[in-house]
Amino acid sequence: MRYALLMHYREPAEGEISEEAIAEAREAFGAYGRALEQAGVLLSADVLQPTAATTTVTRRDGVLRVQDGPFAETKEALAGVFVLDVPDLDAAIGWAEKCPGVQWGVIEVRPTATAFVDGRWTR
Amino acid sequence: MDALTSEEDRWVAGPGPDATGPAAHAAGPAADAAALAADAAALAADAAGLAARDSYGRLLALLSASTSDLVSAEDALADAFERALRTWPAQGVPGKPDAWLLTVARNRLRDHWKSAQAQRVLPLDAGQDAPADMGDVDADAIPDRRLELLLVCAHPAIERAVHTPLMLNTVLGFTAEQVGRAFSVPTSTMATRLVRAKKRIKAARIPFRIPDRGDLPARMTAVLEAVYGAYVIDWAATGPQARQLPSEALHLAEVLARLAPDDPEAHGLAAVVQLSAARAPARVDPDGRFVPLADQDPSLWDPRLIDRAHEHLRAAHARGQLGRFQLEAAIQAVHCARRQAGMTDWPTLLTLHRLLHAIAPSLGSGVALAAVTAEVQGPAAGLATLDALLQDGGQHARRFQPARATRAHLLDQLGRSEEAVAAYDSAIDLTHDTAERQYLQHRRDRANRCR
Repeated sequence: MRYALLMHYREPAEGEISEEAIAEAREAFGAYGRALEQAGVLLSADVLQPTAATTTVTRRDGVLRVQDGPFAETKEALAGVFVLDVPDLDAAIGWAEKCPGVQWGVIEVRPTATAFVDGRWTR
Repeated sequence: MDALTSEEDRWVAGPGPDATGPAAHAAGPAADAAALAADAAALAADAAGLAARDSYGRLLALLSASTSDLVSAEDALADAFERALRTWPAQGVPGKPDAWLLTVARNRLRDHWKSAQAQRVLPLDAGQDAPADMGDVDADAIPDRRLELLLVCAHPAIERAVHTPLMLNTVLGFTAEQVGRAFSVPTSTMATRLVRAKKRIKAARIPFRIPDRGDLPARMTAVLEAVYGAYVIDWAATGPQARQLPSEALHLAEVLARLAPDDPEAHGLAAVVQLSAARAPARVDPDGRFVPLADQDPSLWDPRLIDRAHEHLRAAHARGQLGRFQLEAAIQAVHCARRQAGMTDWPTLLTLHRLLHAIAPSLGSGVALAAVTAEVQGPAAGLATLDALLQDGGQHARRFQPARATRAHLLDQLGRSEEAVAAYDSAIDLTHDTAERQYLQHRRDRANRCR
């Protein structure tokens, strides 16, 4: 069963985090990614750029709107997405516990409803 | 001592006045199934309602374990019981009723999957399509997955407040109405909560599995607390009403001890529940007045339940690993020993309460410790212990009814009548239970006359 681990945390201001801390986090995420891959559960892993780089697109009101900035201004922003294939929620929670982002943010564990695989949406 | 006893005594609900058999209420498929389960079992082998509840929980756990889909399993099981009611009277009861029910319910589930698959226009799996006949099931080999079901009900991904209702509903087959009444929640609200939790279990795929040894202790603690929650009402959260649960609910702790025989705390919990339930007949006098533990007539206590509790205590102590529930049970056992000894062993109680307050500190254990300290070392020492607790506990502690009631009793014993009357008044303000409120008013009036 597929689960998305959604990392949320407050976006640090420019220069708020030291170079060493960034290097440490990069190291931790490297080890985490390798562990996921070696366990054979990793489908994809993306750590996102800050919301300052976000563009929002909608035609919800009938008019195409392309906007600078995130859909909603929140204190904590979506910062990364890991998609895993694991047997059950306990396994997904187990991986979320080991995610480096859990140290400074929140990981939302969300089961996938359907995914586009091999030319069709799965059930 | 009265406040302690009034507190701990009413923490455990005996059979409520509204206690009804499983067939009396129906709300939803689980309800129907439980009702039918009882009927079917009665038809089958004149089996007691408990056996029917055991069958219900076992079959439901088994049917939902592979898919985490409790709702479909409940529907399939309800269908199976319905078919049993239609066919058994005419064709006779099968030799292995549980195996029969399991096979019929499994076939129902298979039909359900097939139709769901057909809608998605996917090829049918030949293996899944194959008919299952009665020969597939060996009744003696029907595995018991109720511990896994209990662990699912108390899973950290399930809201804490739903743990206990979910257990009563799935493991024992109590209806949403019965569970709702026990938790003072309208039936429809309780039904919605139960369905939401079940949908969540399926959608997130919460596994029916015993966690590995690293996670097991924490997960078992949640299970123990949820089972305890069937009998105990958290004062601070809901006010002190006794749970109006049918007496068969006592069975939940027994089931857990049987499913986890190596867990000393599971035995400790079963013993606590049974020792408290044993005193239920003595808790209210013929006029409906509350009787504190110290004034209860031990000949009214249920010796059968006390004996059973001692079996659990022996099983727990054989493991040589002390825990909160074992200590609570030991405390209850010392109180119940008054039945034989004719007197209460206060020094032993003081030792036990100190241990309990050290390993599982809570407001309740602190107030109890103060009350027992008063018995052994005098009311002044008890009051000092209690006031220290109130000092540290802040607002929450000062709103704790047992703390106020105990304080009133201790002031009364010290002859500080003026303060005692004020303390009784403040305790009465927080007392929701009619019988206990009358008791406190009576004590206040007596103190008032001494002024």
